[in-house]
Amino acid sequence: MTKKYLGQRITRNEDPRMLTGQALFVDDVEIPGMLHAAFLRSDYAHARILSIDVSAACNRPGVVAVYTAEDMGDFWKPGPLLVPAPRGIEGAFFHARTQIPMARDKVRHVGEPMAVVIGESRYLAEDALADIVVDLEPLEAVADLERALDPDAPLVHDDMESNLGSFVPQRKGDYEAAREQADLVIQRRIVIDRGAAAAMENRVLVAHWDAKSQEMTIWDTTQAPIPLRNGLAGMLGLAEHQVRVIAPFIGGAFGPKIMMFQPEEVLLPWATMKLNRPIKWIEDRRENFVATTQERGQIHDAESALTKDGHILGVKDVFLHDSGAYDPYGLTVPLNSQNHVMGCYDIPSYYSELKMVFTNKMIVTPVRGAGRPQGIFVIERLLDIAAKELDIDRAELRRRNNLQPDAFPHNHKIIDQAFAEFVIDSGNYPATLARALDMIEYEKFIKEEQPALRAEGRHVGIGVVAFIETTGVGPYEGARVTIEASGKVSVATGVGTQGQGHFTAFAQIVADQLGVDVRDVHVVTGDTAHFHWGTGTFASRGAVVAANAINAAAKGVRVKVLKLASKVLGAPEEELELADGMVRVADIPDQSIGLGELAVLANPMRGAVEPGSEPGLEATDYFGPQYGATANGTHAMILEVDVETMMVEIKRYVVVEDCGTIINPLILEGQVHGGVSLGIGNSYYEQLVYDDNGQLLNGSFMDYLIPRSTDMPPRIEIGHEVTPSPLNPLGTKGAGEAGAIPVPSLFAQAVEDALYDYDLEVLEMPLSPNRLFELCYQKGS
Amino acid sequence: MSNLKTITVTVNGKHYTRDVEPRLLLSDFIRHHLGLTGTHVGCEHGVCGTCTVLFDGESVRSCLMFAVQSDGHEVTTVESLGDIDNLHPLQEAFMEAHAVQCGFCTSGFLMSLIPFLEENPDPTEEEIRDALAGNLCRCTGYQHIVDAVKLAAENMAVQS
Repeated sequence: MTKKYLGQRITRNEDPRMLTGQALFVDDVEIPGMLHAAFLRSDYAHARILSIDVSAACNRPGVVAVYTAEDMGDFWKPGPLLVPAPRGIEGAFFHARTQIPMARDKVRHVGEPMAVVIGESRYLAEDALADIVVDLEPLEAVADLERALDPDAPLVHDDMESNLGSFVPQRKGDYEAAREQADLVIQRRIVIDRGAAAAMENRVLVAHWDAKSQEMTIWDTTQAPIPLRNGLAGMLGLAEHQVRVIAPFIGGAFGPKIMMFQPEEVLLPWATMKLNRPIKWIEDRRENFVATTQERGQIHDAESALTKDGHILGVKDVFLHDSGAYDPYGLTVPLNSQNHVMGCYDIPSYYSELKMVFTNKMIVTPVRGAGRPQGIFVIERLLDIAAKELDIDRAELRRRNNLQPDAFPHNHKIIDQAFAEFVIDSGNYPATLARALDMIEYEKFIKEEQPALRAEGRHVGIGVVAFIETTGVGPYEGARVTIEASGKVSVATGVGTQGQGHFTAFAQIVADQLGVDVRDVHVVTGDTAHFHWGTGTFASRGAVVAANAINAAAKGVRVKVLKLASKVLGAPEEELELADGMVRVADIPDQSIGLGELAVLANPMRGAVEPGSEPGLEATDYFGPQYGATANGTHAMILEVDVETMMVEIKRYVVVEDCGTIINPLILEGQVHGGVSLGIGNSYYEQLVYDDNGQLLNGSFMDYLIPRSTDMPPRIEIGHEVTPSPLNPLGTKGAGEAGAIPVPSLFAQAVEDALYDYDLEVLEMPLSPNRLFELCYQKGS
Repeated sequence: MSNLKTITVTVNGKHYTRDVEPRLLLSDFIRHHLGLTGTHVGCEHGVCGTCTVLFDGESVRSCLMFAVQSDGHEVTTVESLGDIDNLHPLQEAFMEAHAVQCGFCTSGFLMSLIPFLEENPDPTEEEIRDALAGNLCRCTGYQHIVDAVKLAAENMAVQS
């Protein structure tokens, strides 16, 4: 098989539709007779519901129905626990308290739905929200993580003894013994606050129950159409085949759209069956800020023990993780943090306590990075502080502690998000680091350029940090590949697509296996009517798990093609080649048959076929990795701080990325760019500011700043290292989240270096110009 | 509704006469009344630029205008540019440079850039970044969009 497309910069199959406004997004779905939903959400973070009077709303012209929890009867129940807690960790516990479709007795966060209005238009439904009279008794709210664990703190869940939702201690080796032997122990408190995913498309849903055909169709901005279909069918008492979930083009997701059985997702399908009319709900941006899941809030008390030559002997980290009001996504995020503290380093001993805390804030589920940026921030900050204390160059300190290329598979010996020991499959960390240092011209900058700039009174700093990203986790994905009578190829897989270029990257793999033009491979993702086995798009796994399933299915078709063509052409299979949409005898080019013609022969209309033969040139296959592949990288940047305004200008930004085999460098680079831009937001622009009452103070794009074109570096320079993963046939590792992960660590280091004369230590994220000013001047510089 | 207003508006060269509520947003009118769903809506408070269209040739945020304000005016949306088999040079450059990921913000970028490139057919990178600063994109980090605008400017200069 010649690899014509794998690894090539192929422009995307899906772009012409997107560029001309012809791609279907959920809000584009229009069905005659469609109603519109609007949700009445709590303005209080914590309050008891005394009464809800919807009578005036019901009487408003154009309102079809108003529902509260009371109307839902037995259908009202907490959502399923999407990710269970890992078993077998000594001393660990986890209390599941999952979200509810509408608040019944009390509200636990601002934005929690209390009633839904279904009306003839979105405008009318929203009007009617103002007619609903709710009597709430405000309760003291807990917004602060530490306050939430005070013995006298109000309880988010009244049936619990405290707000401690989970406790997970994990240990590797003997940290206390390591501490005894250490020449240097560094202890710091590190605080990371929340940010939003802020996909440009808010959540949108259309639910359409057709009573005559007894079929439910749901268009949903979800990352996981198949599990959603299966769960909703169960809840609604329907067979799975009666429910079709379509995730068409999705306008960005970045994590929160993997959260399933959200109140709106449960209520609309229920209501369309009651009313027998299609219903649409369009989330507005304000709702997206208060009612779509968020991430990142953690407080770490971390320490590291080192020898005087900078070798890490051990790390200890006790941290609080903000879960918000419920914990439907289990421990995925804080377990990732706990794991990634060990990063790409050889750390002989580690002790970590994870404490997951309920607060009266929106629920936390993964946002691009998913706990990893926090873990990386902790270890990279500890290393930076050690470098200063020991007077060892930052890059050199990382080099000394890097896992070496012969260390793999390396078992970090604690349990990870996939409930197995955290094993890193492969990598070449020193090479990645060296390449980044080379690209940014680290030595030259430190020795020549920076002293000259400082002499001019300028504050220009350099940063270099390394990171890993666990990717491509199981359990599995599947795909079906079919050669059609036209000679074109159809591919269906269960994962959804939110901009990752699946219609092209997956097509490249199939085109190589079957010798067809990449433009002749038509990929369908995220439609349960086309493929109904799979889990979803998350954890940077599309190019690992789904791509390998597609590769396997395409290989299956190739086997069928060769077998049939061998008969038809009268030549042994070994002499056949697939190219240009044909099968031909290698040395006799005119002895050939088109794939379309072959597909017709494989699916005869009349006559006999061999007993046991399957019709068509089609195969379905699945892939599940033994464990997740771990990508890695090094980021480096040079930035200048204007000490008058504390505005920063990123002058250079270098990424060296190792995500194994590259399917499409163009798409990969796009993923890296986007990740870096979120990371820059997480570092200097984006912070969800909650007050002590659990009120979000900056829930709009006027107040919550996401990076603009002018906030980005002039160029993100990318170098690729390629260490194929031994865990899958393609050798891929995920890349979707990587770009975002190390940026806060990098930013902190570079800012400290730029502000060398302020003796600054950055122990928090996100920063902002105001906050950086405070940090500089609270030291009295 | 009793207080409907009759408006006549030219959208992509086609005349439409419709009865609309005075409060109906221009973005909703374009999308849900005229069925031109290529224009997307991202924030409904005028920051993200996703809903950008041309209003008498100038780029505006259609979520910050009412449909009634378009009475007697000319609106141009992404559907007026190329079609799938015959992309506009700017669309072609977006594809070539991989300036599209999820594609949700794309129409807004295109409609901001059309008048920009008319006014400034040979922009510097800094001018391009300034021109893009009114549109938010969460996927691309903007670099490939900047590349696309440069490429489009070059290609359009050759063609003209």
